[in-house]
Amino acid sequence: MTAAIQNTVPTRGERAQPARTRRSSAGGAALRTAALWVASAVIGLGVWSFLAWWYGPTTVASPAQVVTAAGELAESGVLWTSIWASAQRILVGWSLGVVIGAPVGILMGRVNLVRQLLDPYIEFFRFIPPIAFVTLAVVWFGIGETSKIVLIFYTSVFIVTVSTIAATVAISENKLQAAANLGAGKLQIMKTVVLPSSVPGIVTGARLAMGNSFLTIVSAEIVAADHGIGSMIWQARNYGRIDWTFVGIIVLGIMGFLFDRVLRVLSGRYLARYGVK
Amino acid sequence: MTVPTRGTTAVPSGGTTAVASGGPAAAPSPARTVTGVPIQIRDLRISFGAAEIVSGIDLEVRPGEFVCLLGPSGCGKSTLLSAMAGFIEPRAGEITCDGDEVNGSNPHAGMVFQSSEALFEWMTVTQNVAYGPRMHGAGKADQARIAAEYLAMVGLPHAGKKFPAQLSGGMRQRVQIARVLANQPSLVLMDEPFGALDAQTRQVLQVELDRIWRHTGCTVVFVTHDIDEALTLADRVVVMSAGPKARIKSIYEVHAQRPRDRAHPDVIDMYEKLRDDIRAEVVASLRNQGIEEDQL
Repeated sequence: MTAAIQNTVPTRGERAQPARTRRSSAGGAALRTAALWVASAVIGLGVWSFLAWWYGPTTVASPAQVVTAAGELAESGVLWTSIWASAQRILVGWSLGVVIGAPVGILMGRVNLVRQLLDPYIEFFRFIPPIAFVTLAVVWFGIGETSKIVLIFYTSVFIVTVSTIAATVAISENKLQAAANLGAGKLQIMKTVVLPSSVPGIVTGARLAMGNSFLTIVSAEIVAADHGIGSMIWQARNYGRIDWTFVGIIVLGIMGFLFDRVLRVLSGRYLARYGVK
Repeated sequence: MTVPTRGTTAVPSGGTTAVASGGPAAAPSPARTVTGVPIQIRDLRISFGAAEIVSGIDLEVRPGEFVCLLGPSGCGKSTLLSAMAGFIEPRAGEITCDGDEVNGSNPHAGMVFQSSEALFEWMTVTQNVAYGPRMHGAGKADQARIAAEYLAMVGLPHAGKKFPAQLSGGMRQRVQIARVLANQPSLVLMDEPFGALDAQTRQVLQVELDRIWRHTGCTVVFVTHDIDEALTLADRVVVMSAGPKARIKSIYEVHAQRPRDRAHPDVIDMYEKLRDDIRAEVVASLRNQGIEEDQL
């Protein structure tokens, strides 16, 4: 019996085995994921090349033509000024949307009077797409930067507000009661409980707003801008350069991905304690 | 250890196990420094909309007493506790705490919730425990000292830098208790604080709570479903009738010496009486919901 038991006790070497197996299986999974990404990219490029060959360069630019066009635009500096102009407008308008949308959302979530006063406006305007305001924005704020920033702000602020309201009303009643019970006043509860509890909702709203800002920037820049990715795409149409249009679209996608990734990394690093993942 | 000194009263030591029904009798606890405040509830009625949850509650809790509220699910035990904390406003009747009518958040009371989601997850354990002193204007050094003191009292002297999510359920409830005690309340209200814990952790925490209660001398009103828990902790067990319109059905004095021996014949005898009392109310509660006993 004792011998049987002793035989079942793993030796040090045997105990190390599962860890090695786990490491190798994790490495295998990473390799598999990388292989799938490469396969997906190859298939995507293949389909794209086929479509370009099938419809011709006046309808679909091939990957090689797009790379050449990107090089051309980068060399002339148009690509960089366009990226910089669009990025600035998005960052300023979106930041304003977050900075104003979050406190408004918190107040609407916690103060009935504010909610009742502002709710009709939020529910009305959030369904009107920013593109409907492009002409008015130009008339009211001119063709300069302000009109574009206002449109991005308009896009962002309602999304952040609604997401913050949802997070604020979902705060556990126990937390609020505990804070009051421990001696916190209304303002202290706002600052020490409501605001920290709303952070995940604010971040979710901010990320969604960032995505929508990219939708809006193109419309805003098409109507009135000398620089920017939207303007570049519009000028490509005027010159009949389908390959430039493709460059603009791909650059927008890459910018959106990078902005979102940076936001995710920063919020995950600095706001993890508030439950942001 | 700074022990609060509000309303300090010497309570005489208790004697044998006894069962009594009705109003308060002589305080049975062993001699200790009592810092707790009395609480009086007179003809209390609480409604949510048209539904009257509790109806005509009269109860007097003595300074430094440990009272357990026991009753079937949904009978309004937690509602009664919330009214004592000042979280909900009664429709009629009156609650006074140390002579002051409870109207809004009760400044004498500290509440330990059933769910540990009452903790602030973005704060460290130390910050959670120091929250009350911080809200009352204590400096950072005092906050740290008070938090360390009360964390040591609940057996978590090394958990200060952790976040609540890094702790077990039992440890989180200890943090809740420390957070409430750090505010030095003279009345501690506990809403099934150990309800979500496993049996072993529960027993350990009951012993800990008994020790802390004797040390601090505060008044405790404790809601539970568990007869064993009530008999381990309470000076008096208040049994509530099935809701709606729940009332106090009976009050049992528990005079057994602490720490309680659950195998003692008097404790077993009281357990059986309480069990029969509760069972009758559970059956009544199910009948109110349209379920007959023979359907169970």
